Amino acid sequence: MSTRTVEYEISRAPELGIDGRPVRVPAFPPGVDPEMHGERMLINVGPQHPATHGVLRLVLELDGETVIRCIPHIGYLHSSFEKLGEYRTWNQIVPLTDRMDYLAPYIYNCAYVMAVENLMGIEVTERCKVFRVILMELDRIFSHLLWLGTTAIDIGAFTPFLYTFQERERIYTLHEEYTGARITTSATRVGGMMAEIPEGHLDNIRHFVDTFPKTLDEVETLLHNNQIWIARNQNVGAMGAEAAIDAGLTGPNLRASGVDYDVRKDRPYYDYETYDFEVPIGEHGDCYDRYMCRMEEMRQSLSILLQALDRIPDGPMNVDDPRVILPSKTAAMNDMESMIHHFKVVMEGVDAPVGESWTSVESSKGELGMYVVSDGGSKPVRWRVRGPSFVNLSALPAMVEGHLLSDVIAVNASLDIVLGEIDR
Amino acid sequence: MADDKRFDDALDELEQRPVAEGAETPGPEAGAAGEQPPSVLALRAEFGDAVHRHEVQGKGEHVVFIDASRARDILGWLRRTEGQEFEFLLDLTAVDYGGGRPLQVVYQLYSQRTGAMLRLKAELPLEELEIASVVPIWSGADWLEREVYDMYGITFRGHPDLRRILMPENYAEGHPLRKDFPLRGRFTRAEQTRRALAMAVEDFYIPSELDVVSRRGAPPEAS
Repeated sequence: MSTRTVEYEISRAPELGIDGRPVRVPAFPPGVDPEMHGERMLINVGPQHPATHGVLRLVLELDGETVIRCIPHIGYLHSSFEKLGEYRTWNQIVPLTDRMDYLAPYIYNCAYVMAVENLMGIEVTERCKVFRVILMELDRIFSHLLWLGTTAIDIGAFTPFLYTFQERERIYTLHEEYTGARITTSATRVGGMMAEIPEGHLDNIRHFVDTFPKTLDEVETLLHNNQIWIARNQNVGAMGAEAAIDAGLTGPNLRASGVDYDVRKDRPYYDYETYDFEVPIGEHGDCYDRYMCRMEEMRQSLSILLQALDRIPDGPMNVDDPRVILPSKTAAMNDMESMIHHFKVVMEGVDAPVGESWTSVESSKGELGMYVVSDGGSKPVRWRVRGPSFVNLSALPAMVEGHLLSDVIAVNASLDIVLGEIDR
Repeated sequence: MADDKRFDDALDELEQRPVAEGAETPGPEAGAAGEQPPSVLALRAEFGDAVHRHEVQGKGEHVVFIDASRARDILGWLRRTEGQEFEFLLDLTAVDYGGGRPLQVVYQLYSQRTGAMLRLKAELPLEELEIASVVPIWSGADWLEREVYDMYGITFRGHPDLRRILMPENYAEGHPLRKDFPLRGRFTRAEQTRRALAMAVEDFYIPSELDVVSRRGAPPEAS
């Protein structure tokens, strides 16, 4: 346990309530009749509000500036992806996945094809596994950088936003170099990747890994001991370990509460058990610990990236399985059988065996589960996404009730939600 | 809500496709007794007939079909009992195979203490889409159950706040993820637009929110 904990020290003076939870503002000071308080006010935040990170709408019942009740309303970005998936072949679903979490598209691409590969019983090649690890860790940094920049801006620090978006721009360029798209990458295919790695791409990733820590350190200098940052984050939106598990939190939000749960460590996939990295664990479960966990996770991802870049083997990228993989362009153009094969795979899709698979990966926001159910056809009967943001957001009312109105923005930002995946 | 109900009933009569001859929910044969993990054996010992069958799917994923009427007892037992301790409810969803076959409610559990993953399924016939809520066991089930209710029309008995979550509260076209629901919805685009434009400010709030305003004696501010 101790080897997985990254220790840090920061001075704190939490004021604890009767239930042991840090308290910022007592909703009702002891001895005061609740009826004696001021009039309740209903305010509506969103759906078009920059600090809701998308189209989240919160209806807040206030007593003065204290939040009595918080009721999230979601669905404004509902695109019915799961229903659309039932009308698409297995590979055609890949573009839907990166439109859910456009902040970490590679992770969604990889998680989806992982589930389909488990369903079909396909074992991807070693090169593909390592390359997917590279892509997923790259996008973990990509997503955490957006979180860092926008959270800082929500809380009033403008500069980190410029720093982090400059770094994100470099990852956008890396996305574009490999897939041709900056956000909607659609990089994976069942049984492999969309293409071989372009020449020089791995060197460019390595260059990013080498130069990025400097910026990360600079941003941390701006925030780490910043009085305003500490005042706005420490003891805000705290949740204990038991409550966090009960509420279904996962990812950095859960780990900030002191629960040592990371899918990469607990149920390793793609040989994560062979990479040397640590999982940062918080102890207070507040916004500041979530910030600390994500900052450290970025550093750990850099370490994983370096190890993966060192070990990526030569060899084929795609599995040698004509059921799922297209023949080479040369073969398809030159002999009849390959052309028919190419035509059938593209037009009819690939048949999956009867069965199902629930597969999860550690995405940047938490545990991302993909549930695919097949009745033997080339399209799924059911494709379900267990979005980490969806479940994380459902814990928001429990975190903000009793806090100040301005804390709602801080807590919401610290949860790192993406509405594309919540509303699906 | 009353209109919604009538609409649902009418749909059931009109659109529910007949059960195909010999239609059965597809799935591989039940796993041999030897490969049953400890939690399945313990479940069988504790609940007997309420545990219907056990399958192994994908790469060793264990699926247990349970009696819907005992679902909450079984899930509560799995969470509380020493040696099981499934403290994580990772997912709660439903599957519709279409053709009039029963809907499946799916619970994906994980126990960090024992490292076990377990998927439970309860089958609900289309005439009786009701099952006990597991919110008292895991509070995180709240939104997941609301989503299943919204998308499949399954009622969760004892849920503290069961209402639509992704679709608007006055959505009248049915439950989108059911197999008998057409991809483009049931209404024409013109009708959908008309309904969207006809929504009043109050339609964007739930009754308990409007209570706060009526106590103040002022209408909610349009946003």
